[in-house]
Amino acid sequence: MGNKQTIFTDEQLDAYQVSLFSFSRLHGRYHELAPHLVPMDYTNEPDCKLPLALIVNMPELKENPFRNRIVESFSEDGMGNLSFNEFVDMFSVLSEMAPRELKAIYAFKIYDFNVDNYLCKEDLEKTLNKLTKEELTPEEVELVCEKTIEEADLDGDHKLSFADFENMISRAPDFLR
Amino acid sequence: MSTAGEQDAGLSLQEEHESKTHRTKRRDGDRQKKKRRNERRKGGTRAGEGEEDLQAVSEKRERSKRKRAKSKQETSRRENNEEEEAQLTGGKGTKARKDIRNEKTRRMEKEEVREVEENVDKGKKKQGSTKKGEKKEDGGKQLVKGKAREVKKKKHKKTSEEDDDEEEDNDKDVVRLECLSPEELEKLKEAVDERKKLIQSLRGKPWAMKKKLVTLRESQEFVEKYEGALGKGKGRKLYAYKVLMTKKWMKFQRDFENFKTACIPWEMKIKEIESHFGSSVASYFLFLRWMYGINMILFGLTFGLVMVPEALMGRPYGSMPRKTVPRAEEASAMDFAVLWDFGGYAQYSVLFYGYYNNQRTVGWLKFRMPLSYFLVGVGTVAYSYMVVIRTMARNANESGVGDDNSFNFSWKMFTSWDYLIGNAETADNKFASITTSFKEAILEEQESHKDDNIHLTRFLRVLANFLVLCCLAGSGYLIYFVVRRSQKFALDGLENHTWWERNEVNMVMSLLGMFCPMLFDVISTLENYHPRVALQWQLGRIFALFLGNLYTFIIALMDEINLKRKEEKIVKFNITTWEASLYNGTVSENSTASPVTIHPADVPRGPCWETMVGQEFVRLIISDTMTTYITLLIGDFLRAVLVRFLNYCWCWDLEAGFPSYSEFDVSGNVLGLIFNQGMIWMGSFYAPCLPALNVIRLHVSMYLQCWAVMCCNVPQERVFKASGSNNFYMAMLLVILFLSTLPAIYTIVSIPPSFDCGPFSGKNRMFDVIHETLESDFPPWFSKVFSYASNPGLVLPFILLMVLAIYYLQSTSKSYREANVELKKKLQMVISVLFFL
Repeated sequence: MGNKQTIFTDEQLDAYQVSLFSFSRLHGRYHELAPHLVPMDYTNEPDCKLPLALIVNMPELKENPFRNRIVESFSEDGMGNLSFNEFVDMFSVLSEMAPRELKAIYAFKIYDFNVDNYLCKEDLEKTLNKLTKEELTPEEVELVCEKTIEEADLDGDHKLSFADFENMISRAPDFLR
Repeated sequence: MSTAGEQDAGLSLQEEHESKTHRTKRRDGDRQKKKRRNERRKGGTRAGEGEEDLQAVSEKRERSKRKRAKSKQETSRRENNEEEEAQLTGGKGTKARKDIRNEKTRRMEKEEVREVEENVDKGKKKQGSTKKGEKKEDGGKQLVKGKAREVKKKKHKKTSEEDDDEEEDNDKDVVRLECLSPEELEKLKEAVDERKKLIQSLRGKPWAMKKKLVTLRESQEFVEKYEGALGKGKGRKLYAYKVLMTKKWMKFQRDFENFKTACIPWEMKIKEIESHFGSSVASYFLFLRWMYGINMILFGLTFGLVMVPEALMGRPYGSMPRKTVPRAEEASAMDFAVLWDFGGYAQYSVLFYGYYNNQRTVGWLKFRMPLSYFLVGVGTVAYSYMVVIRTMARNANESGVGDDNSFNFSWKMFTSWDYLIGNAETADNKFASITTSFKEAILEEQESHKDDNIHLTRFLRVLANFLVLCCLAGSGYLIYFVVRRSQKFALDGLENHTWWERNEVNMVMSLLGMFCPMLFDVISTLENYHPRVALQWQLGRIFALFLGNLYTFIIALMDEINLKRKEEKIVKFNITTWEASLYNGTVSENSTASPVTIHPADVPRGPCWETMVGQEFVRLIISDTMTTYITLLIGDFLRAVLVRFLNYCWCWDLEAGFPSYSEFDVSGNVLGLIFNQGMIWMGSFYAPCLPALNVIRLHVSMYLQCWAVMCCNVPQERVFKASGSNNFYMAMLLVILFLSTLPAIYTIVSIPPSFDCGPFSGKNRMFDVIHETLESDFPPWFSKVFSYASNPGLVLPFILLMVLAIYYLQSTSKSYREANVELKKKLQMVISVLFFL
């Protein structure tokens, strides 16, 4: 039993459809972020959430320019506080085994900074600036965003809906990560 | 919570509706039956409500329980205990469902229906539920905790209560089964199938985890409730049993998949390298691992079917002339220098061709040694072809047709970040390369209307290719010239020349191999390609250069083989005279054909060109390996150490300036690996130890290079994705496979084997062993059939037919691809039309 072992019942593992090994490793990582907050024993479904600041410092996410958006889009309250279920959800979508459609859905959510279900020009500008660490001049940023909307917008409203996005991303040769 | 409750209510509503419609259909209106049914149904809904009440209660208790930390541990312990006990159908289990199950086990003998339900429930227990299930059980536990002493009484009371509920539930279900018409059964089946599909696809849905878990549990409950009951009569038991087994099988499969993923060797190492250096460097290591797998199989074949039988069942060392070190060499046979060169005892062992005896069968198993040797040789080549082509086909399927540039900027924006990067330095490189890539694209966009650039680029590319061709031609001629010279020197006798002249060929080839790739690198800056394309060009050019090396090696080998064959004729003549002299001596003593006992080491030996060829290959592989490792240690490690430590006392910044740390040379390493494998394929027929050597070499390489990369190299300046390169490596591997099996096949088919060594000695050609096997081991009609089948009159039309089939398949695949493109265009049009509507 011990204090250092995560405890899940077989039913819980079964529902998540994972092996105990990988699941307890995942929970170990979650626990590491805030040892005093996260209990080891999950059989009774405790209700604890970790704040954005802690999660964004994980080594897998630290270098990612979109880390804040990633965590926010998986949290229920939209502020970036993740419970363990949401944590598992996030990593399962980010893993290589997630289906492509699922990744497309979450990618759209991540790039949608103002959460209005459309990728408008401001969203694109923010994305680009995060990608290039603001090395491009404003004219160049303008040009790129214009070109992007021109390429992918099918219904002519000068912003990208999810259908536009999915249409474009499904043809991308290396969209797997 | 609420959604679940609603769904439960929904379910009970659905049940009510179904029963209502059925009531109207039923003609035999037995009022009493109807009344009973109504009562039971109400009881059913009451039971449903009762369950919900229990849930609410359990929730409340849950919240209060949370304040007590200790109880958690206790309850979990008890849960585990209770689970065990419940399985024994015993005990103190106080959870609601378990009680019911216990009761049910008691009643199992009585009713068939109950039995089915119980099976279903048991399965359900194992597959289980999550939050709500746990809460229910906890709630049950809480009830007991409140009145700890009177556990048994409580149990009885509760079991009796819930028994009634469950009984009503059961009866409700029983009633349902009996009075459902076939159409309703069909509908029910469809609903169950739908739920099953939902469970399968749940992973791919973008819902929040909570919602997924809840939906999963409900769907599972629904499926289990009705699935076991869908079979009819006696078949019901079997059906439920089958369903249970399928579930267990799926769980087993899932566990096995997880286990398999955990078993893949070096996975963590490669992932770490990928996160530091990007996917192009990692692709080299993946390729290395794949090669390791192939070599393991080849090793298994040669070791298990050739080396082990000969070692265990063949004649032992020293029993025959061919298996013994000749007297002249015996003194030095154990020296390390000789052994390192694979002479001495190493030469006269199972490691090389010459050791094998040409006895048709060996040992008590009657193992056909020569046949096995031949077939293993053919089998390794065939297996390699199969694996390479299968991998190419799989890669081709995965890579798809993605060739359009229609979403250039969009893709750059949304897909250029590599989410696997976890290292700050790599991330910085990635940011820089993304910025550069955007700037390039912007520049191209702004200048796309000018034509001059295209012409200039084209001209530069043509110029670069011309330069490269000149280089290759020059190096080819140089090699030819040097080989000619060395042949002249060999005729003169090697002692008259300086060290340089003796080793001229090797030195020239090494120098070319070192400087030409650098030259190609410089030339390729003229071409201005995308780095991935530039890498492929570089690989292609170095490949052409190494082909020159291969050519010289083969020429040298053929010369030596011819030399040995001439020698063989002389030796054969000598041996007959020697034997004659021996027998002359004995005949004079007037003894009748007494066996002359001469120690095998003293018998004059014929030259064995096959062993010589095998030895050459082994020496080549060893020297190649040593060169690679030493270059690695000096070129990468020493350089890194110098740069790091001399930087403190040097005038200019060593790390940013001239030497700096080296980058991992993907193209050089990949080519080295591919050529190495080509050597193995060429030589493994003559030296069965080669695959074993290669396995060891690849194993060591993996660890050494992983360490060296992480320790001494820096990520490349332009970090690019290696998605397209995989099939390119495979294509090169296929070419090398073809090229390396050609010489082996030529020697097998056209050169007669040595008379004094190897499993084919004494035959006219090596493949005669097949003929011999067919004659002696198979029934006579078989060889007749085979002789008809190998008649050229039959083989030629067959080949023609295969060529026609290939042509047909290729044209259909081309037409499918075109149809694919057309459909895509149509789809695009339809989508854009839809959006405008």
